Amino acid sequence: MSTGLDGDVAGSTRGAGITKLDRVVIRFAGDSGDGMQLTGDRFTSEAAAFGNDLSTMPNFPAEIRAPQGTIPGVSSFQVHFADYDILTPGDRPDVLVAMNPAALKANIADLPAGGTLIVNTDEFVKRNLTKVGYDANPLEDESLAAYQVHQVAMATITQGALAETGLGKKDAERCKNMFALGLLSWMYHRPTEGTEQFLREKFAKKPDIAEANVLAFRAGYYYGETTESFATTYQVAPAKLSPGTYRQITGNTALAYGIVAASQQSGLPVLLGTYPITPASDILHELSKHKQFGITTFQAEDEIAGICAALGASYGGALGVTSTSGPGVALKSEAIGLGVMTELPLLVIDVQRGGPSTGLPTKTEQADLLQAMFGRNGESPVPIVAPQSPADCFAAAVEATHIALKYRTPVMLLSDGAIANGSEPWLVPEVGDLADLGVEFATEPNAPDGSGEFWPYLRDPETLARAWAVPGTAGLQHRIGGLEKADGTGNISYDPNNHDRMTRIRQAKVDGIEVPDLLVDDPSGKARVLVLGWGSSYGPIGAACRRVRKQGHAIAQAHLRNLNPFPKNLGEVLRSYDKVVVPEMNLGQLALLLRGKYLVDVISHTKVAGLPFMAEELQDVLTGVVKGIDA
Amino acid sequence: MTAIELGLPGLGGLAGVPTTDEPQKAKDYKSDQEVRWCPGCGDYVVLNAVQSFLPSLGLKRENIVFVSGIGCSSRFPYYMNTYGMHSIHGRATAIATGLATAREDLSVWVVTGDGDALSIGGNHLIHTLRRNVNLKILLFNNRIYGLTKGQYSPTSETGKVTKSTPMGSLDHPFNPVSLALGAEATFVGRALDSDRKGLTEVLRQAAEHRGTALVEIYQNCPIFNDGAFDVLKEPGEAEQRLVPLEHGKPIRFGAGGEFGVVRAGFGTLEVARVADVGEDALVVHDAHTDDPSYAFALSRLSAQDLSHTVTGVFRSVSRPTYDDSARAQVTQARETRKADLQSLLRGRDTWTVVGD
Repeated sequence: MSTGLDGDVAGSTRGAGITKLDRVVIRFAGDSGDGMQLTGDRFTSEAAAFGNDLSTMPNFPAEIRAPQGTIPGVSSFQVHFADYDILTPGDRPDVLVAMNPAALKANIADLPAGGTLIVNTDEFVKRNLTKVGYDANPLEDESLAAYQVHQVAMATITQGALAETGLGKKDAERCKNMFALGLLSWMYHRPTEGTEQFLREKFAKKPDIAEANVLAFRAGYYYGETTESFATTYQVAPAKLSPGTYRQITGNTALAYGIVAASQQSGLPVLLGTYPITPASDILHELSKHKQFGITTFQAEDEIAGICAALGASYGGALGVTSTSGPGVALKSEAIGLGVMTELPLLVIDVQRGGPSTGLPTKTEQADLLQAMFGRNGESPVPIVAPQSPADCFAAAVEATHIALKYRTPVMLLSDGAIANGSEPWLVPEVGDLADLGVEFATEPNAPDGSGEFWPYLRDPETLARAWAVPGTAGLQHRIGGLEKADGTGNISYDPNNHDRMTRIRQAKVDGIEVPDLLVDDPSGKARVLVLGWGSSYGPIGAACRRVRKQGHAIAQAHLRNLNPFPKNLGEVLRSYDKVVVPEMNLGQLALLLRGKYLVDVISHTKVAGLPFMAEELQDVLTGVVKGIDA
Repeated sequence: MTAIELGLPGLGGLAGVPTTDEPQKAKDYKSDQEVRWCPGCGDYVVLNAVQSFLPSLGLKRENIVFVSGIGCSSRFPYYMNTYGMHSIHGRATAIATGLATAREDLSVWVVTGDGDALSIGGNHLIHTLRRNVNLKILLFNNRIYGLTKGQYSPTSETGKVTKSTPMGSLDHPFNPVSLALGAEATFVGRALDSDRKGLTEVLRQAAEHRGTALVEIYQNCPIFNDGAFDVLKEPGEAEQRLVPLEHGKPIRFGAGGEFGVVRAGFGTLEVARVADVGEDALVVHDAHTDDPSYAFALSRLSAQDLSHTVTGVFRSVSRPTYDDSARAQVTQARETRKADLQSLLRGRDTWTVVGD
């Protein structure tokens, strides 16, 4: 197999027809209607059930069904699984499953020479080839000579296997993705019970379809076993992860669970006010299933109503949450400002996607950092938390909620398309270990002048959080709003000095939020170059660092989870290295903040391609900087 | 399950809101903030009417919330000694929707204006009305933008000369009552700021309605649109123009009751002389008719030039409210599924890694 896919160079040992590998990257690619996401997802579940470490990357068009057989209509799912802890979905596949000519054309450039290519030959007919610009059938000329090509008539065989089920030809043909899954499951010695059970449950209302899919799945498995075209099968042993109970989870599901947990740990019911938007809608879908936890989901008429309803609920003492992507944040900005002014807790989730404007709805990007930081009128500081991987979304949601409740402020949580839809194993936390997020509402008048009044803008001297009295609390009736407040009483104030003071207090409150110190990973202790990232680039940066170290160079890695405020030791860390490299999927937004705040001339490495960094490209960048220093 | 969660018909708008036996007075509802509307503003009259009316509901004051948007009228919450939020332009209905959904023990009131509710907040208004969230919307209509100093509004009459329309406005105005009925609002009423008795009666019915109640209040802006509704207040003129509604009574008006409302073609209504059509031809007002077409036809009698203005409660029908239904789903989920966080986090497929 190819080398250097994640951190280490891939290794293999060969036995009697079985080759042991430490990791494999498989990419399933087909037409949007071919069920590639489901196929990849099932293979991932099999890998998880087997105990591999894994990381996945779905890639699909924004159109629900782009014209059939065209390049824009290609949908793919990449899964990386290994017998050790891996950090990314893999730069390039070792195995490409291409269900039609479009899928081959769109993906073949990513398959390294020597890679395995499994092709569904049934779709390689003249019409389909012409559609994507193949003059000749690539299966019949020498253009694929660099690869180990396996030509399988998947649709024909599947239809044959289902001939006796009485299922129509078209329905039978649609099961070919399960044939492909069966074949790959055989090749990689995957457990199959889970998939069969899954299919029977998924199609419980259509038992004939369920059985057809199970039959197709088995047909693929037996095809591998009985034909001699596949000389070798591969084994990837379970990974030695930290002890505990694991499950596979996507970023959006982990985020939703984090909100449920934050609700339970704070004792506050959740109201999610939201409007469907890619790639954040799954948070709404997931939370709408868990009403038994006291969660209300409100699908509003627009983005603005979503956040306003959430803020209204927060005013009433609930935990208001809104979920969206960049275009939605643009619409919510004024309401976030109201949250800043009224100092109410509010969780604002931005699952970033390619921008500006509608941009690339289904592709990933990290270009909303400055929008989160500054995208409001006036001085309007908002804390920002960014998860670094799919599973980390859980802890990030709990942490963001904790900040919102403790400091009475809107908090931005910056996820992105890569971690929202990607998945990995998650060490399931013990509920007993989760932090207590309980809040104390004001119940008594608090005016320091002894007037017996309630002053909503009297603050906790340590956190600067204001007193939070919810409607229904006798004797504490008060009014809040978007107009500037007099320090303490909260009455409307146009006093110049008061506005200056309140502006500084709001800033000081956010600046004073306790965030953990930045940890630096430098196994050598001798690194002179630091690579600093934030958000979803953690995986590729980490994998790149492993490779750089493997080459014998020292490099330090640190990753920012808290982007506002920054960790207290950040300036000191930045100044301790000769060079600091900051890779980002934008044009240098974190770099701008770092230069502005710490006057450190970081090296900004940027890419805005709608796809995550590859470990390989970052390895080159980092190696170049390290060698430059050494020279 | 409570009666509210079951969505039982006939349940009042205040069910679930704690009451008090302590007598209340209007001054209990006055906050310590100085009222800062222009002298002569119709808002003062409405504020006084609301403060005088609320004690009759016997609610705990701390369970009443006023939410407003932006505009002159949206300063209203600051002057009420209840809970309140002065929010952002056009969004009060959305904020109130979240609040009412989260808290069934609150009586939630929205104060908004013709610009706030019908221009920037038009979307939220129609969606709140169709959802039928249990909140009361007081729409102060002065047919002008006051706080921004005198531009025309979505209810200004066509051709209105204002600071932004020196050659006259071009827009065709909204009739707020028609708009609300088009969105199938379950309660729609209209009153004049100067008519304390009529306004109080509409407010009382609105408060008791379970669901969204929209009350349009014609309100005079003495600075930028003074006298906009004078023809509805002048003796001799007013009687000819105002068409008061009372459920179950024939619709009849005029100084001596000489006019009435009768059915016309295509489901419309028109004004006629009683002497010409006879008393039996008069429409008997039925606010509880399920189909909104009748109320809509009534609303069309009101013209831009105020030649006729219908007041009172156009429509008051019962339909499950959004917030009650949302809470009922949570209750139902709680009764049928266990809220076990650990088992949610584990999910169905887990595997265990054992330490060395």
